[in-house]
Parts: sequence; structure tokens; C-alpha cells
Amino acid sequence: MKQKALIPYMFVGPAVILFSIFMAYPIIYSLILSFQSGQGSNLEFTGFDNFQRLMSDAIFITALKNTFILLIVQVPIMIFLALIIASLLNSALLKFKGLFRVSFFLPAVTSLVAYSIIFSIMLMNDGVINQVISAVGLDRIPWLSDPFWAKASLVIAMTWRWVGYNMVIFLAGLQNIPEELYEAASMDGASRIKQFFHITIPSLKPVILFTTILSTIGTLQLFDEPFVLTNGGPSDATLTIGMYLYQTGFRFYDFGYASTIAYVIVILIAVMTFIQFKVTGDQE
Amino acid sequence: MKKNKTMKKIMLYVALVIGTLVSLFPFYWAAIGATNTSGSMFTQPPTLLPGSMLMENIRNLNESIGIGRVMFNSLFTATVYTVLALFICTMAAYAFAKFNFKGRNTIFTIFLLSMMVPYHATIIPLFKMMAALNWLNTYQAIILPNLAYPFAIFLMRQNLLAFPTSLIEAARIDGAGEWKIFFRIVLPSMKPALAATAIFLFLYQWNSFLWPLVALSTTDMYTFPVALSTLFGLSRIDYGQVMAGVTIATIPIIIFFLLLQRQFISGMLGSAVK
Repeated sequence: MKQKALIPYMFVGPAVILFSIFMAYPIIYSLILSFQSGQGSNLEFTGFDNFQRLMSDAIFITALKNTFILLIVQVPIMIFLALIIASLLNSALLKFKGLFRVSFFLPAVTSLVAYSIIFSIMLMNDGVINQVISAVGLDRIPWLSDPFWAKASLVIAMTWRWVGYNMVIFLAGLQNIPEELYEAASMDGASRIKQFFHITIPSLKPVILFTTILSTIGTLQLFDEPFVLTNGGPSDATLTIGMYLYQTGFRFYDFGYASTIAYVIVILIAVMTFIQFKVTGDQE
Repeated sequence: MKKNKTMKKIMLYVALVIGTLVSLFPFYWAAIGATNTSGSMFTQPPTLLPGSMLMENIRNLNESIGIGRVMFNSLFTATVYTVLALFICTMAAYAFAKFNFKGRNTIFTIFLLSMMVPYHATIIPLFKMMAALNWLNTYQAIILPNLAYPFAIFLMRQNLLAFPTSLIEAARIDGAGEWKIFFRIVLPSMKPALAATAIFLFLYQWNSFLWPLVALSTTDMYTFPVALSTLFGLSRIDYGQVMAGVTIATIPIIIFFLLLQRQFISGMLGSAVK
């Protein structure tokens, strides 16, 4: 009988042990580290010094601003585009649905490093995108060398990578909206655009909330794209919190301060998720 | 009225075809780049057709990063990780879904909450831990940290909840052992969920960048993302070589995706979509 009680622990045991060593312990340890400073392994407790240092660290504030600009611009554009493509693909008139769906989803399969490299090469000053732009007779755009356009490049690349992913989530959500709602609206003379804003978006609200939270968490941790595509530049215009953490920890080996930055990301994610739930009125 | 409808249909297709081209062009561009010289990616008009440099680019790439070795590192770490993680996470999920035990809800809640914590918060302690164990720049450093992946546990638990408990009880009455029940009765009926979770785990490891970048230090241990980003960070970049690398790293995943679309999509979305 006693042996029987042990069975579930046998099943859950390996996961719990691995989780404790490689997740729980590091999470707690890095909280402790965030109150310490020093180089390499010569660390000592300095209370809230690191947090105070963050407040007056101009580079950190730039990174924080950049991350939020990317978040506020990229996430809505991507969600909106994904919603539009999903409702176009959901149209009853459409043939080759599967083909379109696969093509739009394909970018989501590529590794972040690989697509960032491709976009970086395409967006170079004499890259293919500028060649097309100048062939049409317009001025070349300084995609990667201008602070504004470098951010725009990241937004474009990230949107390309994630639109299809979100679109598939929305497509599944659209299946649950009863066709009669649209039929009734058409009978009342509501246009497709009106239907989109008055039926599609409200019905998908919980799904939109879900994808927005996922994208927000992803963007707050953003690292691969700015690291490869713009290398944080020009002059820190695309430096994100995630990149600053990497530089602090693994270029300057200031583990205490880097852990403080990591905990700022933890706090930001918690706060942003909480706000998004509040704003949309927790229905779930 | 009828004409209006045809117009709308044409516009719908035009919009979707443009979108599709935008989606696919970067892939095409990378493949074309892989077959041309470094300079051909920057010409006016753009070089849109395949060239004859593919073999040369691959040879140069091989000299820079050792394609076979990088491919092996990526495949080996991702495969071993997927097999072990799938096993460990499914076992845990089974305990959460089908057993009542002390601490179950607490442990499960801790797993769920940890999904909110960004990976960044673990990376410095992990680095110190691996350094202390002398495990930096090893396969185990890449494979071990995320074996108990909370999201995979959560996914499998959701699927296992639907498995009829009566079948498990019947097998117990027949005298089957717990492991036998798990392997012979429960797992075989979970194939679609296992496939989706396996794809999720494999892609996670295959694409993982920040931790391998931190933990690996020599070219012979690099996985694709680290090798490619290093190649791309050189002061003199051979773009033909880089594009060949990107293409080689991407093609296996695309083929795999086209073959297993359904499982792939539900795996990548974490079966959020049902």
C-alpha cells in the first residue's frame, strides 16, 4: 500500500528534480545576485544599489525606451495584419486556402537568427530592397544606418516573422464565430469592413488578448533580432533590454547588475500582463 | 451586383497573392544568394536567377564553420533534447493528470508560474553553475537546462486529462504494473499530442540562440544559430557563404514542416488551437 503512494512521485520526480536544479535555483539565485555587485565572482551585497544605478543609467533607459517603442508599434501592427489576413483567408469564396495558409505560416518556422541575417542583407544600403526602391525612382532608405529606420527595419522583420503565426491562432478562433452573425449583418446592409470591426474583433477578444500577451512577453525579452539584424545600432537606437543584459553579463561580466536587469524584465512582464488583463476586463 | 462580387473576388486574390510573395520572397532571396557571388546580392537590377556558385559557396562555408560538424551539433542536441524532454515532461504530465498526490497542485502551480519568468533571469546563474561543473562548451550544457519544460508538461497534461481513467483502472485490476500501463496503454493513444509536443521541443532547441551563444565557445561545438551569427559578425563577410549557411540551416525544417504540417502547426502554437 505504501508503495502505491509513491507511484505518482516516480512519474513526476525527474521533472521536479531537473526543474529545481535548472530553473527554480537559477531564478532564486539571480534574485540574490541582483542585490550584489562586483566583477566576475568577487561579489558583495550592496542592497538596492543596482536598482538605483539602473534609474540613472542612460544606456539602460535608452534600451527600455527602445524596447517599449518596438512593443507599442510592432505588436498592434502585427495583430491587426494577422486579423485581416485571417478574415480574408476565412472568406467562403476563397480557393487554395491551404496553400495561402502554408505560405503565410512558413516564416514562423525559420530560426530567428536565420531570418534576421536574410533581412539584414536585404536591407543593406545597396541591398535588394533599396535597389528596387531606386529602380522605381525613389530615394534609397538608410534602413540600418538611421536610428528611426533601424527600428522600422526591426518592426518590418518581426512582423514578417510573426504575422502568420498569429494568423493561424485567429483562424482557429474564427471557426467558432457562427456564420449566422455575418449573414444577419449582411442582411442589415453592414459592409465587410463594418462586420470586421463589429463582429470579428469583438468575438475574437479573448484570442486577441492571448496573442497580445504572448507577443508582449516575447518583445520584452527581444534579443536575437536586434543582436543579428542591427547589432543594437546605430548608436544604441535598437539596443533592447535583453541585449543590454547580455552585454552587461557576458561582455563586462557584471553578473550582479545583469541579474538586476533580468529582474526588471520579470517585473515588466508581470505588470504588462496584469494591465492587459485589466484593460480587457478579465472574462476568463 | 454580380460584377461587384467578381471585382471583390479579384481584389481578394490580388491582396493574398501579394502577401504570399512578401512571405516567400526572403526564402527565395536566400536560396538565390546561396548560388551567386557575394556581390550579386547588391546589383542593379537585382540578380533574381540562380547562379553557378553554390558548390563554391558551400566549400567556403565548410572551411569557415565546418558544415558537417555544425549540422551534427544541431541535430544531436535537438534530437537528444527532444527525446529526453518528451519523456520527462510526459511522465510528469501523466502524474498531474491521473494521480492524486500530496503537493500536486502546489508543484503544478509553480511550474505554471515559471512560464512567466523570462529565460534571461536564469541565464547568469546557469552560466556560473556550468562553469563550476566545468561543463561550459559541452553538449550537456545545451541539453540539460530545459529538459523539464513547463509548457510541454502543461500541453501533455491537457491532452492526458481526456484519457479515460476507467481504462487505467481496468488495467490495474488486470494486474498490469504502473509502467506497463503508462507505456503500453496510455502512450500509444497519445501519438498526435506527442508528435505535436515533440515538434515544439525540437524547434525550441534547434532555434535556441542566447543560451548556446553564452555557453559555447569553440567553433567545433557551435549549433547553427551560433555559427551563422558568428559568420555574419565577421568584419569581412562573404554573403554568398552566409546565404548558403542560412539556406542549409533552414531547408531541413521547411521540408519537415511541409511533410507534417498539421502536427507542426499545433506543436508550434502549443495546441492552443483546437
